[in-house]
Parts: sequence; C-alpha cells; structure tokens
Amino acid sequence: MLLLALILLAGAWELYKLLAPDDGVSIGDSLVLPRSDDASMPHLTRVIEVFGEQEVAGVAGGGTVLASVVDAVWYSLRLAVAGFVAGVVVGFLLALAMQRVRVVERALLPWVVLSQTVPLIALAPLVYGWSGNLSLFGLEWQPWMSVSVIAAYLAFFPVAIGALRGLSSPPPVQTELLAACAASWWQTLLRLRLPASVGYLIPALKLAAASAIVGAIVAEISIGLSGGIGRLIISYAQQATGDPARIYAPIVGAAAMGVVAVGLVSLLGIALRRYQPQESV
Amino acid sequence: MSAPRPPAVALEGVDKRFGAGDTAVDALTGIDLTVAAGEFVSLIGPSGCGKSTLLRIIANLIDPSAGSVLVNGKPARQARLDQDYGIAFQQAGLLEWRTVQANVELPLALHGLGRAERGRQARELLELVGLAEFGGHRPSQLSGGMQQRVAIARALARRPALLLMDEPFGALDEMTRERMQSELIRICTETRAAVVFVTHSIPEAVFLSQRAVVMSPRPGRITDVIEVPPGTRDEDFREADAFYATITEVREALRGRTREGSP
Amino acid sequence: MRTGAVWSGRIFAGLWPPLLFGVGFLLLWEVFVLLRDIEPFVLPKPSAIFEQLRENLGPILTATWDTGRNALVGLALGLAAGLLAALLASRLRVLEELLTPLTAAAAAIPIVALTPILNTMFASTSSTPRRLIVMIYVFFPIFINTLKGLRQIDPVHSELMRSYAASPWTTTRVVRLPGALPYFFTGLKIASSGAVIAAIVSEYFGGLQQGLGPAITSAAAASAYPRAWAIVTAAIALGLIFYIAAVLAERLAMPWQRPQGELT
Repeated sequence: MLLLALILLAGAWELYKLLAPDDGVSIGDSLVLPRSDDASMPHLTRVIEVFGEQEVAGVAGGGTVLASVVDAVWYSLRLAVAGFVAGVVVGFLLALAMQRVRVVERALLPWVVLSQTVPLIALAPLVYGWSGNLSLFGLEWQPWMSVSVIAAYLAFFPVAIGALRGLSSPPPVQTELLAACAASWWQTLLRLRLPASVGYLIPALKLAAASAIVGAIVAEISIGLSGGIGRLIISYAQQATGDPARIYAPIVGAAAMGVVAVGLVSLLGIALRRYQPQESV
Repeated sequence: MSAPRPPAVALEGVDKRFGAGDTAVDALTGIDLTVAAGEFVSLIGPSGCGKSTLLRIIANLIDPSAGSVLVNGKPARQARLDQDYGIAFQQAGLLEWRTVQANVELPLALHGLGRAERGRQARELLELVGLAEFGGHRPSQLSGGMQQRVAIARALARRPALLLMDEPFGALDEMTRERMQSELIRICTETRAAVVFVTHSIPEAVFLSQRAVVMSPRPGRITDVIEVPPGTRDEDFREADAFYATITEVREALRGRTREGSP
Repeated sequence: MRTGAVWSGRIFAGLWPPLLFGVGFLLLWEVFVLLRDIEPFVLPKPSAIFEQLRENLGPILTATWDTGRNALVGLALGLAAGLLAALLASRLRVLEELLTPLTAAAAAIPIVALTPILNTMFASTSSTPRRLIVMIYVFFPIFINTLKGLRQIDPVHSELMRSYAASPWTTTRVVRLPGALPYFFTGLKIASSGAVIAAIVSEYFGGLQQGLGPAITSAAAASAYPRAWAIVTAAIALGLIFYIAAVLAERLAMPWQRPQGELT
C-alpha cells in the first residue's frame, strides 16, 4: 500500500510538471501553485541520476554524490544516536523520579510538557557558543556535542512522557497484589512496572528516534557544523542554480536516515513483542 | 375500543447462524414466539443462549438467517423505518455532549419534530421517569440509575407500541435495580407498550413479566415458556408465595428439568 | 457556581509546585551565573536577558510577528487539509489505506528538511515555502487524530442510530463528529505548538532574512548572546500563545468535558 501511495505521489508530480504552466500560478503577487520548469521541479529520473554523478564535476577520482551523502548520513547518524541515548537515559530517569515521588511529578511535569510546546530548538545557535569555551570534567566541549545535546533535548520528551504513562499503567489490582505480597519498590518496578511500560515505551522511542534525527539535522544547520547531512543540504541548495536536482540527494538521504532510525527501534519492538498488547504495531 | 391490535412481535422459524463453513455457529434455531400487544415478556437464559441476538433481530439491527419477523404486523425492517419500537441497552449510551433534555429529544429531532413540540414532549417524558428537574444537566452529572432512566425516556420518546430492553438494569446495584423495576412497571401501565426484556436475573424476569421465555445455548433455542401468575406488581408481590413458586419453576426450567404438570 | 470555586481551588493547588519550581529555577540560575562568574556566551543571567528584551522590544516584536504569521497561516491551511482528508478517509476506505502508510513514513522523516525543495519550487524570497512547511507539518497530527476519533464509535451509539433508521450522514453529524472532538483537539494541541517550531526551524534553511530564526543567528554571530536569549524568550512566548489558544479553544468547544488540572 505504501508503494502504491508513493507511485501515485510520483505520478502526481510528473503529471503536474506536464500540465502546469512553467512559472506556476500566481494570485496577485504570491505564487500559489509552484513553478514546474526543470529548474524548480526536476524529473524524478534526474533525481535518481544525480546520485551517480561526480560530486565535483570534471575532477577525476572525486567521490560520487551518493558517496558523500552516505558519508554525511553516517556522520549525522552517530551524532543523533549519541543524543538519542542521552535523551532516553535522561527521559527515563526523569519518569522514574516522577513515578516514585508524587510531588516531583507535580512540580516537573508541567515544565516537561511546556518545554515541548515552546520552540526551545531556537536555542541551537546559542549552544554553539559553548565549544572551545567550556570544559566539563576536564573534557573540552566539542561542536559535535552541541549537536548531540539538541538531539537529546528533542528525544527526551517523548521518552519521559511515554515512560511515565507506562510505569503508572498497572491498575490498582496489580499493584495492590504486589503490595500484598510485600514486594519492595524495586521488585515492583522490575516485575510489574517495567514489563507493563514496554507497550508505551516502544512508540515513544520511535518518536524519540525521529526527533533526534530532526534535532541533529537542524542543529548542524543552525550551528554551521560541517560533515553531516544538514550541512550538505545547505551547500547543495546553494549550488541549486547549477544543478537543481542535486538538492534532492541529501534530502532523500535525510529521509532514509529517519526511516533507518525508526526501523531500528521497530526491531527492538519486535524483540520485546511478548510484553506488548496484541494490536499495537 | 378500536379494532384489535396486531401482536407486537410475531416470530416464526427464526434461525441465526454466524460465520460459514466449519466455523459457523448456530446462535438461534427454530424460534417461534408471539408477544401480544401490551404484553410484558422476558427472555432469560445463560450467557450465549442468543437472547440478545434475538432482541437485535426483532429490532432489525441484525438480519435472521431464516424465518419471518413481524413487528406490529409489519416486516421488522419496515417497523424500524417507521420507528414502531423504542430500545434501551445495558449501557445507557447517552451522548455526553448533549444535555439530558437534548438526549431525550434526539429521536424526535431526527424525525423532524419542531423545536417547541419536541421540547414539550421531552419534558413530559422526563416527568414520566421522575427526572423533571434534571433536563439541563449533563449525563456525566447523573448517577447510573438516573442515566438509565434517561435512556428509557429516550426509548419511549416516539410513543412506541413496543419497548425492547437489553439488560437495562444489569449494571445497577440491587436496591436501585428493584426501584427501577417498579418504575418500569408503572411506566408500562401508563404507556400500554408491549415489552421484550432480556435479563439473566430470575427474580427480575418473574417480577416484571407476564411470561418468562427460558432459553438454552448451543444451539440457542426456546426450551420453556413460563406463565407468571397475575397480580399487582408491588413490594408485597416480591414476598408472595406465588413469586417464589414461579422463581423455583423458572430456575428448574433453566436447569433443564421439566416439572410434571407444566405445559 | 460551587463547582467553579472548587475547580479554581484545585487549579491553585495544582499550580503551586510548578510555580515554585519555576521561580526557584530562575533564582538558582541567576545566583549560579553570578557566583561561578560564567561568561554570557555560555549562559547569560536571566536579568540580563530581560533587560535586552526590554531594550530591543520593537525589532523583536517585528520578528515575532513575521514568524507568528507564517505559523498561523500554515496552521490554518494544515488544519483545513487535515480535517478534510480525515473526513474523506473516514468515508472512503481506499483513501485511508493510501494515506495511513504515508503518515507512518512521514513520522519518520524530517519534514523541515524539505524546505530547500520548496524554496526552489516557490520563490525563496517569499514566505510561501515556510508556510507550506508548517502546513505539511501540521497536517499529520490533525489527520491522524481526527481520523482515529471519527473511526471510533461507541457500539451502543451505532446500534441506537441504526434503530432510529438514521442515514450515514446523520450518524456522522450527530454522533461521530462530536465524538471525534476530543481526538481532534489532541491533534490541534500538538499541531499548534508544532506550527511555531516548524516555522522557526524552516527559517534556518535559508531564504528570507526575517523572523525569529535569522534574528537569533545574527545576534549569536555578533556575539550579542543576551540579546539572542531575549529573542529565544520571545520565541517561547509565541509558542505558548499558540498552545494556550488551542487549550482555550478546546475548553470552549467541549463544555461537557470535566476540566482536568493537567496541561496535557
């Protein structure tokens, strides 16, 4: 079904290119339908061809576009994973604290929720100021850490909320049963709350993985860190006048990166399938 | 009085089979049943005997696999389109975003009654179920028993000749339940509606009905029909010997033992 | 009226722990920066940030207005598209089958990265690409949640409507649409804050030099860190306004829902 949907989308793209006027449709001064000339909407076959081209035309021995996209994805993916792991750990610990101590939940939860309703990602360019000027436990602050911090910040929220819901999901019957067995808090956590939270954690982790990718890309762009996919998007966009189809390559790469990250979490979900309610996918 | 009314319900040779092939389940087989106009009949039996299925066939919410279903002398589908019956379920099923009054007005509004007229009728109905002051409340502000009364008022809204009830008091506590039973008897006397009442409570079936239809599962069928002795249904009746004798009779019919001398 | 008093009492009781935490956090921040003598490029003092906010109020408000307008237009477009698609998909099986896997895929990919494509398809010197990014971003939570709400119907309600011989459209109007409202508002709350975030992030991908994103980057480039933080504060306020507006709309549209003392 996904394949069919994608084919239909591609068909719509080419059909629009065929039918719509080259410089789009404007109402007044503003363009309401996009321009459809080759510079604005390249044929999809062009987009595929681009991957095989030399990155710097005419230079023998240089890598292909595909190679530099793969390199950049690999670089960004590592930063995103570092951020993801940090975000998951922080989010989970926060959820544990909120589940354990009621007043912590009441004091923190509104702020955790609020932190997501506001565009704190606007902070990204400011975190860059830390590099070279800050050292933590004897470690010099590196620019890549700024990227991972942003990724971690975007990843922690779904985990904190999902884990909190999951950890508090066992109904009173079950917690009371364990209390009647004189189980300790730790035993209750291990035998009841953790298994019960898997069904909530897996979707939360998927969301966190996708958010970490977005965080890494946006942070790379706003910080200006080179080497990753975010920077590649910008530098290819600046070459757009020369080869319009080229912008699509790193964007396809970014999309693939997101799919890989979410796919990896889905694998984890399959491994833990035993703990999940049947219908959840 | 006018010409004799047709029976409220007439079922002949009704079968219902779910699924097909090897996995098919016979939910109902060979059901014959006639409910006279104004009569109160209970369907009683263990889980899986098809009593709720039978009620839904009468309501034309599902179609039978075979047999004929007449409601008020018309095919069941026509009766549904004509709104010849009102229905109430175990859950009150009120629309939580409407006030109590608007919930009762819903079936009237769907059939094009004017605003003033349906408001007047809904107030009458709420009075009938003893909730005159609660028209402006939201369903979530009412207790379970009160919500169920609203559902009954809603079922009565079109002045139906037939009331179909699927364990409407099943989720209520025993005290509320007995009070609601007495209320229902009073309401039925006032409206002269026939009732088909699904329940799994023996005392409830005996207290309410003129006849208790006993069903058994696998396949769902009618095994016995027990007449309840006539008499005023008041609190004294709950302690009368006739009440207990009939309860015993129904209980034994449910166990599959037919007593000597019973039809 | 008594319930109102009880409710506001509950709100107050629920409000003090987070308020205490917030004020305490700001105080600690201020004291921490003062005592450890931390440079402003690492972390400016809250008081310095507020001073900058006061001094640059005019330009900051202009930038907030530019970003806010993009977010609002995009939100309105995405809302309309998402609602329409959900209504159609709830009636047309094919459309649902086609759109559901697409929404799952869209959840995995960074939508804001599409900005450069839209910049070339439309003029990068207009706000259109940014508004479209917001629209695409907003579309998915609205579509998914509304569709879930429209699909979900209490079996009792559906039997009841059938017993009334009500047409499918009547059932949609009387039962499905009101029943879908809570789900729709869940989507709207996600979408409203997402709209502001998407609007700001799309500004980092080149194009027009107006709005909060470029203002922050240029302040940071000029090493005016307290000013950059002041602009971030404005961005936070903008996000809050959108979110609170969505919460208020929910309260107004669903008076039958008991108010809950939570922010989610």
